[in-house]
Amino acid sequence: MFVRLVYESFRRQKRRKLLAGAAITLGVTVATAMIAVATDIGDKINRELRTIGANLVVTPQEDSLDVEIGGVSLKPPTDGAFLSEADLPKIKGIFWHNNITGFAPMLPVNAVIERNGKPLDVTLLGTYFAKQISFGTDQFTTGVRSTYPWWKVSGAWPEDSSRDVLMGERLASRLDAKPGNEITLAGQQLQVSGILSTGGAEDDEVVVPLGLAQGILGRPDAVKRVYVSALTKPEDAFARRDPKSLSGAIYDRWYCSPYPQSIAFQLAEAIPHSHAEQIRQVAQNEGAVLTRIEGLIFLITLAALFSSALAVSAAMATAIFERRAEVGLMKALGAGKLAVASIFFAEATLLALIGGFVGFGVGSVLAHQIGHSIFNSEISIPPVLLPVILAIAVIVTFAGSAAAIRRAVGLDPVFALRGEL
Amino acid sequence: MLVRAAVLRRGRAVSALFAMIVAAAVATAMLNLYVDVQAKLRREFRNYGANIVVVGTDGASLPANALAHVDSVLAGRGIAAPFGLVVARTGDGQPIVVAGTDFERVKQLDKWWSVSAWPTIPTSRAEDAREMGHPESSPALIGVRALAAVAPNNQTFDLSFQGHILHVTPAGTVQTGAAEDSRIYISLADFVAWTGVQPSTIEVAASGSPEEVAGIMNQLTQAIPAGDVRPVRQIMEGEARVLGKTRSTLLAAAALIILTAALCVLSTLMGWVFDRRRDFAIMKALGASGRVLNGFFAAEAAVIGATGALIGFVVGIGIAAWIGRVNFHAPVVPRWSVLPVVLAGSMAVTLLSAILPISLLRRVQPAVILRGE
Repeated sequence: MFVRLVYESFRRQKRRKLLAGAAITLGVTVATAMIAVATDIGDKINRELRTIGANLVVTPQEDSLDVEIGGVSLKPPTDGAFLSEADLPKIKGIFWHNNITGFAPMLPVNAVIERNGKPLDVTLLGTYFAKQISFGTDQFTTGVRSTYPWWKVSGAWPEDSSRDVLMGERLASRLDAKPGNEITLAGQQLQVSGILSTGGAEDDEVVVPLGLAQGILGRPDAVKRVYVSALTKPEDAFARRDPKSLSGAIYDRWYCSPYPQSIAFQLAEAIPHSHAEQIRQVAQNEGAVLTRIEGLIFLITLAALFSSALAVSAAMATAIFERRAEVGLMKALGAGKLAVASIFFAEATLLALIGGFVGFGVGSVLAHQIGHSIFNSEISIPPVLLPVILAIAVIVTFAGSAAAIRRAVGLDPVFALRGEL
Repeated sequence: MLVRAAVLRRGRAVSALFAMIVAAAVATAMLNLYVDVQAKLRREFRNYGANIVVVGTDGASLPANALAHVDSVLAGRGIAAPFGLVVARTGDGQPIVVAGTDFERVKQLDKWWSVSAWPTIPTSRAEDAREMGHPESSPALIGVRALAAVAPNNQTFDLSFQGHILHVTPAGTVQTGAAEDSRIYISLADFVAWTGVQPSTIEVAASGSPEEVAGIMNQLTQAIPAGDVRPVRQIMEGEARVLGKTRSTLLAAAALIILTAALCVLSTLMGWVFDRRRDFAIMKALGASGRVLNGFFAAEAAVIGATGALIGFVVGIGIAAWIGRVNFHAPVVPRWSVLPVVLAGSMAVTLLSAILPISLLRRVQPAVILRGE
């Protein structure tokens, strides 16, 4: 009887059920999309923040002091210690290797450039542009094109194995060099493949493939420093603790959190004779920006949940209020309060589940759309979200119906049937 | 008649009004945040330091009044710090970069510097001493890597530049993970007196939208013809990207939330109007024309819409201000330009939700409605 009552109610009152169901579906859609966006926004913004450049730097442990003004090194380039290029793929072997979005080695070399017969002292910068590297079975591409997205080249980027170079725009305008020109650099004939504009010190330099710089310096395999771009977690008091003072489980927790400090620690472990450090200008500030944006989206998600809960409640209250004559009839025929209420609650649960499933599907599609159109990447929706969303939908629908059901059940059947409140 | 209608059916009217208030409040808060968040986040990005640098053309020094020009162009819209750089020699002949700067300005510009103790500069006393021929030692901020090379025991040491000797006392250390770690920072007054070199770089953190920053750069180029004004592209492009993405996400969220709120109002109000089909039928049976009926229901809806929008606006401003305080530690400024938008939107939604059911009911005979079918 009970099942039949509920079934018939759905069969005969399609319009009303559709209206309430639509409200629930819409509410769940908005909730799903917002929760999915809010849980993923940290990662997305973190990746956007990586466009500001590397946040970690690896240097030789026993290096002499840098004597550098405006990006121009005034110290003999062979001075000091070097890292080994052969060790670099190990960066992809650290615990947080999935958080390393890219790295670029740097080797500055002083050289003499000759053009139209005039010699000029310049700094050469050897680096990777977009180098294929393999570590174990892992294949990946890294270099300045991914770590420094604000570097703009007119002309073409050189191949990493080629003998082509990029010339900084201020140097190029001084030498009147254009893409395709030949230059004599440290006694070698090289071709300028493009003009580089960075807004920084590189505008006065010549950027060359790493192997070429090593050849000119006469130190194969040498790298002066490595800039690493990593996705990190905002630093807190725990992050600042000295790993040497930690023990056991606490050390493991520190080591296995993606703080800038712990990733730097792991980099120094992976590369022999190295010292790794966060670049505070980038690393410190991205934590602050990230926290703000995450906080904002979290608060807005709360607002979205609240307003969709309210929409669902309002729709349910209206739907039940309209049926007070029906309640009156049932009560006049001898139904108890409990029997009437349980029919309404069963209907509400059914509606919530149907609306929840449909809304979850639509919301997932919506979240994907937002991810694609704004961030150009997938927004992942954790499967655990489905039961959570369904539970929220049922609770909200119940809460929205409860007041209306109580009023409907409390009505005197005589008044209800006569249509007076 | 309008008032009595509202008073008699208080319960339903109140719930409709409540829905309207919530919707208007949410819409106001979202629009306000959307407009204001840009400015708030830009301020966060200024913690990244300079977005403009002014350097002397071809490495030359800037004129002595360059900093004053920069300050007058900025006029409170940012902060600037001068830097003079030379390569000096330590006692054992090792080259080291020494920078002269204004510590008070650097403290505000480069907030990421991890400094153990900022040097305090007793300016007048030091100058008096120098004039009297008793060179005092200059307090300095030593980069963590430089410290090991020049003053491993934190002792006073000497630096020489073109034969001039400077006594330096380490006051604190600076750590940044970049070039600063290998440098020694002294006050600009000490630097100029010692080397005779004027600052060659002014780092400027200008606040405002990209257009405002471009305007400041133009003014700087005109004010300092001897300098080269360059944007720090790394910072500017990163800022633009992150702000753009955040704004789009916020817009998508705002659209979803406002849509839900509007639909909530629509369903509540439509229910309310449907509920009153008896009133409608009686009025019609007593001879009211279609126009009077339309006007009556529309006026009621408009009153609810306007009242709800006004109260909701105030509540929404409050919510936006609260979010601003919690998340950005600065209240979101109320935007009055949002009010007409919210008001118009509310009226449109309420009118729509009144007119829709009425146009359906108009076709039905009053007798049918009154019989309750």
